[in-house]
Amino acid sequence: MFLALRELIFARGRFSLMGGVIALIAVLMVMLSGLSSGLVNDGVSGLKSMPVTAFAFDQGTKTDNAFSRSVIDDQQLIAWRGVEGVAAAEKMGVGMANATTESGKQVDLTLFGVEPGSFLEPSRSAGTGLGSSDGIVVSSTAKAEGIELGTVVTLDRIGTKLKVVGFTDGQATFGHVDVAYLPLKTWQLITSGQAAAGTPTAAQLSAVDFHTASVVAVQAKSGAKLDLAAGDTAAGTSSKSLSAAFNASPGYEAETMTLSMIQVFLYAICALVVGAFFTVWTIQRKHEISVLRAIGASTGYLLRDGLAQAAILLVGFTALGVAAGLGLGAAMPEAMPFALEAAPIATATGLTIGLGLIGAAVAVVRISRIDPLNALGGQR
Amino acid sequence: MTNPTFQAASASLAALPATGLSIRHAVMELGDGDTRVTALDDVSLDVASGEFLAIVGPSGSGKSSLLAVAGALASPDSGTVTVNGQDLSQLSQGKRAAFRLSNIGFVFQSGNLIPALTTADQLRLVNRLAGGPKTFDPVALLESVGMAHRAANRPGQLSGGERQRVGIARALVTGAKLLLVDEPTASLDRARSREVVEHLARQSHEHGVATVMVTHDHDVLGYCDRVLEMVDGRLGAPAPVR
Ligand SMILES: Nc1ncnc2c1ncn2[C@@H]1O[C@H](COP(=O)(O)OP(=O)(O)OP(=O)(O)O)[C@@H](O)[C@H]1O
Ligand SMILES: [Mg+2]
Repeated sequence: MFLALRELIFARGRFSLMGGVIALIAVLMVMLSGLSSGLVNDGVSGLKSMPVTAFAFDQGTKTDNAFSRSVIDDQQLIAWRGVEGVAAAEKMGVGMANATTESGKQVDLTLFGVEPGSFLEPSRSAGTGLGSSDGIVVSSTAKAEGIELGTVVTLDRIGTKLKVVGFTDGQATFGHVDVAYLPLKTWQLITSGQAAAGTPTAAQLSAVDFHTASVVAVQAKSGAKLDLAAGDTAAGTSSKSLSAAFNASPGYEAETMTLSMIQVFLYAICALVVGAFFTVWTIQRKHEISVLRAIGASTGYLLRDGLAQAAILLVGFTALGVAAGLGLGAAMPEAMPFALEAAPIATATGLTIGLGLIGAAVAVVRISRIDPLNALGGQR
Repeated sequence: MTNPTFQAASASLAALPATGLSIRHAVMELGDGDTRVTALDDVSLDVASGEFLAIVGPSGSGKSSLLAVAGALASPDSGTVTVNGQDLSQLSQGKRAAFRLSNIGFVFQSGNLIPALTTADQLRLVNRLAGGPKTFDPVALLESVGMAHRAANRPGQLSGGERQRVGIARALVTGAKLLLVDEPTASLDRARSREVVEHLARQSHEHGVATVMVTHDHDVLGYCDRVLEMVDGRLGAPAPVR
């Protein structure tokens, strides 16, 4: 690295320009990663936090919006409970609702109907659990909308009143809308269309003739490998693992694909730009490299030196860009779905450096084709 | 010309056949088809350690080709080249680079030095590459070519003559016993040319280095122990005295 370091200092103007481009790419990477994580959280954090191995949808349900489209019955639930490796299976109801608080504020909620006390009941940061027919546990992010413990929300059109009894531990949103957990019975009452205005009564609940739900949530025994295909055959469902089920949340696939495509393009640009820079840099140094080779520098030494130079440049300026990106990310407005998570940022940083190095390597390999004979004579 | 050092060098020619440069019947053709030329036509040459040989000749006569062959940069089509007792044809491509590093020094016409390195670092880099015990102290060597005061300057801040003096020091820093010099004074004025060649002569005599210098500059031949002329790939009798 003797030569590499001295060249970095000597040609600092050229290298800083290149480094600036690398740093800007890194800033963009961090922002995209933050946006991507933010959108994912907004879209599926309600699912992500569930202790669920897989969701079983009714057979033949279209993937997009499958959660609210699918309808499953008790037979399907019982079939799943009998599948080998299943620790627990529960019905779960999913639906969207518009509601109004007592103060007249309009809120949107995703209703997750779950059996109180089952493994689907969310862990809470405040309040009590599900139980009472009108009690709901809502996403902690709903506090930003002015919702507090004890707030009563009235569902638009049907007029059913529900009371906030607890908040989830962390963000629980689905399709960019706050989740409200409620007892499955209450969910069935609301979904059946038989609900009356006011607080749902025990009499209404027992009278409701509606036993289906949206999906079967399945939890595998720890360490056991679940045979989803066997379960599907037995229950007449089509199941998806938890992360595969993200795609069944509204708009999720389209959003993540768009962002992934932008990221892929950025990585390609990074590799190409770094490759182009080092190609020009190597060609500029053609004569001095032929002199070094004539003197007796081994190809290996020159290649290592060139790669080390690229690595220093990439690591240094990517780190700078990531730091700047993190600073910028912290200053993002609250309303923007933006989440800085260590793992995706580390991946983006690694890929920027790695692909940049591949680009540089393709350029630096030219060194091995420079003929030491060029050093002789006056021609340049 | 009479030069006491030359006589000493000539004496050592017979005594120490294992050092210096020895070329036997080297033939090299370059280009292909219609453009094929005989760059070296049965060239034989011995240069003893401590001897300073100049080669003159018209452009395209094969002088640089001779240096390439002597310096393990190119292989002759036939004939043998021996440097410090090592037959170059016995060396693999990778071994040649290592051999050049510690046994052969080069001074090129231009672009000799690495622009990013200071004068002292030019020598240090080669020392690091060689990593052997034979290497000289860079500062002491720069002192001997009168360049120690410019040790911290980069080539861009040096005059042409100063650059060539640094080039000479760099060529010698690994303890090379064969110095190959291609038109070192091509872009220098008279006074600077003399200065550079004086350094070459002194260094090769002091360190017992066999030096082959290709030049067009008849002005500096007075410093050389021997002069040969190359014409159409053939190395011949000393150039006629003008
Ligand atoms: N790579 C090459 N391919 C084909 N022919 C070449 C090549 N290099 C040199 N030649 C030819 O070989 C001959 C000898 O070239 P060389 O460079 O050794 O001459 P030179 O004596 O050093 O000339 P100059 O004084 O101009 O430097 C010339 O006719 C030249 O045109
Ligand atoms: Mg030449």
